[in-house]
Amino acid sequence: MRVSTSTSNLADETPKPSKNRIVGTLYRGNEGMWSWVLHRITGIAIYFFLLVHVLDTATVRISPEVYNAIIGAYKNPIMGLGEIALVGAVVLHALNGIRIILVDMFPAVTRVQRQLFWGVVGISLVLIIAFSIRHIPNVFGAH
Amino acid sequence: MTIDNPNYAYPARSTKRRGINLEKAGWIFMRVSGVVLIVLIFGHLFYNLMWTPGGIQAIDFGFVGGKFANPFWQWYDVIMLWLAIIHGSNGVRTIVNDYVHNKTVRGVLLWAILLAGAVLIVLGTLITFTFDPCPTGASAELLPSFCADL
Repeated sequence: MRVSTSTSNLADETPKPSKNRIVGTLYRGNEGMWSWVLHRITGIAIYFFLLVHVLDTATVRISPEVYNAIIGAYKNPIMGLGEIALVGAVVLHALNGIRIILVDMFPAVTRVQRQLFWGVVGISLVLIIAFSIRHIPNVFGAH
Repeated sequence: MTIDNPNYAYPARSTKRRGINLEKAGWIFMRVSGVVLIVLIFGHLFYNLMWTPGGIQAIDFGFVGGKFANPFWQWYDVIMLWLAIIHGSNGVRTIVNDYVHNKTVRGVLLWAILLAGAVLIVLGTLITFTFDPCPTGASAELLPSFCADL
């Protein structure tokens, strides 16, 4: 009995063996698994930022001086680059979320989930670059 | 190879259970809130970091005070706060349930997630609606420009 190790070849009649197949116990997965891993990592990262972000915004209730000092931490160049990573995490999580909804709602979409994952990565890159073009001059510009 | 009789010992939901299926409601909530959050958070990021001249450098008390003086942005931010905290807390709950096998540790973490989320939702909502953009005694250059007209 032949057992396919591939989980994403639902559209194919006969699963083709992968060229870079390795023998062992390490499951390296395909696009479906890596999108799942990416969704969890970006989700956790955004969650912890959200906790901090609600607290830093809450300092508007203390005084203008305290809020300006706290929010000033977001304006140094290292944090400015971190903001690009944050926007990237949000964009990837958002677009992959749409992919998950489509796959859940329409069984036929399961056949193109792999292509949709690369679509998510491609559109995310475009959005991250567009954001960076606007954001980087703000981070490093004189103000 | 087909499975004729999937006699699975752990079905997703026991046929004996009645009433609201909370896990199913949570599953639907993640998708509905996710779509709404994409609109709200993309709008939040675009308005604050791209549309506003200066972007991140322009965010200060005057900027936030100007936004929170407007009921549109108050409701925008409060809806985003509730949906984001509940969506994020439920997501992290799923991850804790997947990886934390010790019953005591899992219980502590799940209660911590619930407590942190509840505190931030109450705190954020109260601040958004009780916020004073023109506090007395503050220097005028730190405040939104409309405070000078009061």
